[in-house]
Amino acid sequence: MADITLRVNGSEKKVTVSPETPLLWVLRDTLELTGTKFGCGAGLCGACTVHVDGKAIRSCSTPVSQVSGKSVTTIEGLSANGLHVLQQAWIAEEVPQCGYCQTGQIMQAAELLAKTPNPTDEQITQAMNGNLCRCGTYERIRKAIHRAAGNGGAR
Amino acid sequence: MSPLSRREFVGAGLAAGAGLVIGFYLPHKGASQKESFSPNAYLRIAPDNKITIVVARSEMGQGVRTALPMILAEELEADWKQIEIEQAGASTLFGDQTTGGSASIRTTWDPMRKAGATAREMLISAAALTWGVPRSGCTAESGHIKHAASNRTVTYGDLVGKASTLPIPSDVPLKQSKDYKIVGQRLARVDSPSKVKGEAVFGIDFRLPGMKYAVLSRCPVIGGKVASFDDKDSKKIGGVSFVGKVGDSAVAVVADSVWGAMEGRRVLNVNWDEGPNKDLTTAAVMASLKQAASKKGANMYSSGEPAKAAGRHISAEYTLPFMAHAPMEPGNCTASYQTSKCELWAPTQVPQDCRDSVATAIGLDPDQVKVNVTLMGGGFGRRLEHDYAVEAALVSKAINAPVKVVWTREDDMRFSTYRPASIHQLSATLDGSGYAVGLTHRIIAPSISGQKGQSVPNGVDPDLPDEAGPVYGVPNYLIEYVMTETPVPLGWMRSVYALQAAFALESFIDELAVAAGKDPLQYRLHLLAKDQDLPYFTTTWKTSRMRGVLQLAGEKAGWDKPLPAGHYRGVACFGCFASYMAEVVEISMENGAPRVHRVVAVVDCGQVVNPSILEQQIQGGIVYGLANALRAKITIEKGRVVQGNFDDYAPLRMEETPTVEVYAVPSPEAPTGIGEPSVPPIAPAVCNAICAATKRRIRALPILS
Repeated sequence: MADITLRVNGSEKKVTVSPETPLLWVLRDTLELTGTKFGCGAGLCGACTVHVDGKAIRSCSTPVSQVSGKSVTTIEGLSANGLHVLQQAWIAEEVPQCGYCQTGQIMQAAELLAKTPNPTDEQITQAMNGNLCRCGTYERIRKAIHRAAGNGGAR
Repeated sequence: MSPLSRREFVGAGLAAGAGLVIGFYLPHKGASQKESFSPNAYLRIAPDNKITIVVARSEMGQGVRTALPMILAEELEADWKQIEIEQAGASTLFGDQTTGGSASIRTTWDPMRKAGATAREMLISAAALTWGVPRSGCTAESGHIKHAASNRTVTYGDLVGKASTLPIPSDVPLKQSKDYKIVGQRLARVDSPSKVKGEAVFGIDFRLPGMKYAVLSRCPVIGGKVASFDDKDSKKIGGVSFVGKVGDSAVAVVADSVWGAMEGRRVLNVNWDEGPNKDLTTAAVMASLKQAASKKGANMYSSGEPAKAAGRHISAEYTLPFMAHAPMEPGNCTASYQTSKCELWAPTQVPQDCRDSVATAIGLDPDQVKVNVTLMGGGFGRRLEHDYAVEAALVSKAINAPVKVVWTREDDMRFSTYRPASIHQLSATLDGSGYAVGLTHRIIAPSISGQKGQSVPNGVDPDLPDEAGPVYGVPNYLIEYVMTETPVPLGWMRSVYALQAAFALESFIDELAVAAGKDPLQYRLHLLAKDQDLPYFTTTWKTSRMRGVLQLAGEKAGWDKPLPAGHYRGVACFGCFASYMAEVVEISMENGAPRVHRVVAVVDCGQVVNPSILEQQIQGGIVYGLANALRAKITIEKGRVVQGNFDDYAPLRMEETPTVEVYAVPSPEAPTGIGEPSVPPIAPAVCNAICAATKRRIRALPILS
């Protein structure tokens, strides 16, 4: 067990966990931020995507010790009111079916738009290809990203 | 009590709508709701004008929490903005609550409409009595009753007291589809905002105070058992509080966190009694299927005498592997056992089966077990099982504390219940013009229901009536089923046997078109040219409706228009869950593999309730079916499932996803299934396009094996 301090959604959090615990489980079980999902535990599906210092990472495969002192953003902290331009676009395009992967999809897309405010189809595919959706919402995800980009991207 | 099987439920629900209504009109007034007007279990109207509609099917992404209330709200003449949704747990008020078989809308269409209409008529009566005017002068509109002659209006909320005193009418008028204001609209799903904000609570997100977490080590060999275990190392892991056997074939590790339980399991030492299947392989399973193929089958459909049809004979055999559902949310369930009662929070398609199975497993009566239904991160049939619920209850009882059992992805892949492997033997007789005048389809596959000990009437798996019917008006047509057995655990996976039947039949029809030198779309339309009713169990398939979807698909795809160089088309159609579906794909070949660029999908599913949800289901079904077609294959070695995660069992990713254009044939018929019918045609459509591109006929799935 170790005491680890990290910034989560703008607040400093101190947790006492074994240092190899994946960030995913610290977020979900210790900090009760369950918007970040467990899908594969192996960095293969993207359901657990969060931002660490602005970069999209797979929290299921990231030991919490690696993010000590860093700034973590989860879906709960993506925007103040849950209405980030991507979240609005996701609602407008009616993207979610079961919805389980969508928080990870949105976090991945948020990184894309932060870097590339007006992505091409090819850039969207490249950025989003690591995020699986078993309901098959990819076509609407693509539309929602274009819609969000048209509405000001990462603004 | 033994829960009805999924199929028995669908059959009973469709055949006996009136039976559902009897159970359904039980008054439902809880103490806290005594102020509300609740003429039936599906509906409460509060004095503050809030309307609560109870959804008695499980939401796994298919949109029931939106679509089912739309049906009731339509007849109620409610303002959609007034509606709040409540998820029913396992209950005795709604008949069978199984969510499967593309049946939620088709089995609740009548009960939900009658529930709304009954309340509407009672509210009209209440207003008429209150105002002392004839009820014929009162109308219901947008959550109000109006009396035009006196220009008076009252909200539903203001009428709940009066309405609650009135007798419940037994026969109420239903609206005509031309008057629909809610049904048929692209209304936004009620669950989208919470899902994009990360606020939606799936089963795996549910939490109880003082709750522990459990991960189970299950015998890797099918049918094996725990011989002994050593938990010394597990108990050294921080937070691990309990290690113990669960049933005969698993050991649970309980900890303060999921990660602690996983770590405890990683170092757990179990000796397995591997049992009779320790040498089982996929090859042996397929060999036994092949051996069974010579047996006489049960007759499922027969018209004329295919054996006596004269002409050119063609035959082919098709093979399909085991497949796994792999929903995004791994299996899980939370249970809280206390002496003489147990409560569960289950992401389940079968709340009542969970209730009954848990009761049996922990020695309680079913009414001592309460099952709450959570949101599900996909189901696809995997959550028609109850294993996760029984595990959670057993662990909670063992530790006498609330617990959440969590499966890993590898657990989900290796301890699933699989779409049965199957062999299909097709043979045809062609007339002088090359058209089929005789057609025989023999399905050789293990029975899911049979393996589970449910009844298999006349040797026909009870799923087949919904999933393997006749498509074409061929005069001499025989469909047979040879039931086999396998130790590999079987389950209902999205579209179940229809995926197999469609792959075989629609590939074969393409082979016949090629043999006849005919265009494959035109060939199919010729076989459907005559209006015919093809009676099959409780459904009557109509060649006119199949022809309708095929024609529209051909038109929308521009079948007769030239394609870019290197692009090829394929077509397939199929009927299942009482709906008709046709798909035209456009592909190119890249390094020997198909790239699907575009799919035109046309459905005839009767009245469409919500076109946006319909589009989701068809697009999603095609993506799911395409993954099944290209790569899905579960194999067994040394009695163990080989695949474990999304690397060796790889779903479709964005880069492989085609654009899917969805069209629904306008229809006045009652709604039929939509969750599954888009899945079956995609594999044969793609294989037929591959044959157009390469002349290579694919007779075994997956395509990329």
